[in-house]
Amino acid sequence: MSDNEVAMPEHAAHAAAVAALTAPVPETIGDGGAELVQLLTPEGERVDHVGHPEYSATIDELTDDDLRGFYRDQVLIRRVDAEATALQRQGELGIWASLLGQEAAQVGSARALRTQDYAFPTYREHGVAWVRGVNPLNLLGLFRGVNQGGWDPNENNFHLYTIVIGAQTLHAVGYAMGIQHDHAVGTGEPDRDAAVIAYFGDGATAQGDVNESFVYAASMNAPVVFFCQNNQWAISQPVEKQTRIPLYQRARGCGCPGVGVDGNDVLAVYAVTKAAMNAARSGQGPMMIEAYTYRMGAHTTSDDPTKYRVSADVEVWKLRDPIARLKAYLTSSGKADKSYFDAVDVEADALAVTVREGCLSMPDPEPASMFDNVYVDEHPLVEAERAAFAAYTASFEGGH
Amino acid sequence: MSKIGIGKAINAGMRRAMERDPKVVIMGEDIGKLGGVFRVTENLQKDFGEDRVIDTPLAESGIVGTAIGMALRGYRPIVEIQFDGFVYPAFSQITCQVAKMRARSLGKIKLPMVIRIPVGGGIGAVEHHSESNEAYFAHTAGLRVVACSNPEDAYWMIQQAIESDDPIVFYEPKRRYHEKGEVDLTATTAPRSLFEATIARAGSDVTVAAYGPMVKVCLDAATVAAEEGRSIEVIDLRSLSPLDLDVLATSVEKTGRLVVTHEAPTFLGMGAEIAAAISQRCFYHLESPVIRVGGYNLPYPPSRIEEDFLPDLDRVLDGVDRALAY
Repeated sequence: MSDNEVAMPEHAAHAAAVAALTAPVPETIGDGGAELVQLLTPEGERVDHVGHPEYSATIDELTDDDLRGFYRDQVLIRRVDAEATALQRQGELGIWASLLGQEAAQVGSARALRTQDYAFPTYREHGVAWVRGVNPLNLLGLFRGVNQGGWDPNENNFHLYTIVIGAQTLHAVGYAMGIQHDHAVGTGEPDRDAAVIAYFGDGATAQGDVNESFVYAASMNAPVVFFCQNNQWAISQPVEKQTRIPLYQRARGCGCPGVGVDGNDVLAVYAVTKAAMNAARSGQGPMMIEAYTYRMGAHTTSDDPTKYRVSADVEVWKLRDPIARLKAYLTSSGKADKSYFDAVDVEADALAVTVREGCLSMPDPEPASMFDNVYVDEHPLVEAERAAFAAYTASFEGGH
Repeated sequence: MSKIGIGKAINAGMRRAMERDPKVVIMGEDIGKLGGVFRVTENLQKDFGEDRVIDTPLAESGIVGTAIGMALRGYRPIVEIQFDGFVYPAFSQITCQVAKMRARSLGKIKLPMVIRIPVGGGIGAVEHHSESNEAYFAHTAGLRVVACSNPEDAYWMIQQAIESDDPIVFYEPKRRYHEKGEVDLTATTAPRSLFEATIARAGSDVTVAAYGPMVKVCLDAATVAAEEGRSIEVIDLRSLSPLDLDVLATSVEKTGRLVVTHEAPTFLGMGAEIAAAISQRCFYHLESPVIRVGGYNLPYPPSRIEEDFLPDLDRVLDGVDRALAY
């Protein structure tokens, strides 16, 4: 037998593997697939997810107040978001990253957190920030250019916005490792056990840091939930060009089970996230959630989506709006009525006024403040340049 | 007093820090049972447990990124980067995240972490194992960068770096890990500040500045020069950010001549900054331009010719001659 004959079967196997890799992208990616957990249809009908009665049980435990709160959070943060977009258009913000369309994914997941849990956001998690108790004006400060974030992450266990794509997922895993070291996992004490949620988008799943975070989390069995909002677009790159498999399967190879959820269904997002966070807190290790949603607006106010996507797609997703479907459910189930919705709208408008006024009255930082907080301890170069800056500035005093 | 090498001294320093503060943890590749490829963490996992001496997966961005998270949770991680050339996968985490976290939070959070990097060439290694990349990190505001050159400094500087509330890149001269010196392991206070330059050898004709592995080269050069009747003052910079220009300027004002040495390429290296700063500060004291003696501006060469790339005793003396020629 010649060497060539021995090698033949391997070549055939290789050819088959190549053929599999170059096969067309599976259709299931297009609409999220049948595996997505959904508890509320786009029409607002409460449904169960086949084979997973525990998700419905979680929702059944919610009070009417809770459900109205899910609605109120989404309406308020959407209103803040619209106001911020307007403020950018009027030149009051340098840029704004709108969360329009992703309210359910953010509010539902954030509401599943406990006080002692910690969230690591991207720069679009305004809904999570809102639920965690971060003042929206703090978010605006970053986009107005008066600071780089500047809120105290430990006040609300909500880390600073991270702009480098995916970098925060490693911070989340490290923080979760710290929780393990503090023996705050798997004790069974509800106020002690904690977990971390790492937010990122579909685009970030290509980043090395995100993939390293899967590996580290699995290796360490860290109490972290990877929450990917697949809003279908990494700026102009559609998700179909980014992945050949549904994203919730992405971390499985690293040892993190994945669940896909209808990201515009706040109840499903809440139930799935709650289960994943519970599992993490109890010591069962990391999970990945893909919240299948849609970025209804531009990537940021600097973006022009008309260059790369058709409005018909956006129209399809309008029919899946997260707020409309919850409103339909609250109405049909008698849990809220018009007077409630009207009151929330009034509250939202008032909040928008507060945000606008707060933004307009936000002072620019003192120029010399850029020398502050570079280091904890004094650094001679910083101090020398601070002094030089002060002297230079003073040289103009009295007219020039 | 104990006579130990730089590697053992760093090990002893980390041990003391870990005994003092339960929040001190070490993270890196092969640092547990193996004790690190240079054995700098030898026996620490055995004595402090796998929770505090954490063997990580083989991904440097992951090591630094998760160390950030540990620091945010209140720990004081020491990160071991296995070799200088392997820090680049973590470059974004170090420069974009570690360095800026305090400023971004307006001072509300701090990131006390030490990033240990065995640095430099001269060990006959394959590529990526002999690099000197200190200028990248010294250039980055928010980081502090230090380089030890002898066992006593190694012992104290690592402890001081761990105690610092600012993130510190800590360079270890890998070709000198086993060169021994006296260290008083029973002393309770550090002999000097972490960020202070020292006069490693007093002299009067020319000042030669060095740090890390080059200090010994310069001390040897000074010994040879003395035999020829030239008195070289060797300054061990120790800290690259901040730079202790006071000690250096005092020396230059005395000698009127400065040769700056490092293994890193000279173009935009530490020597360029020092030359600019000293030229400005000591202009009327200088008898010659500041001379730089460093690596050539090339990819680090194959090890068979690395001795021609690295500044050695003769090249330092050549630099001294050039300074004295004015």
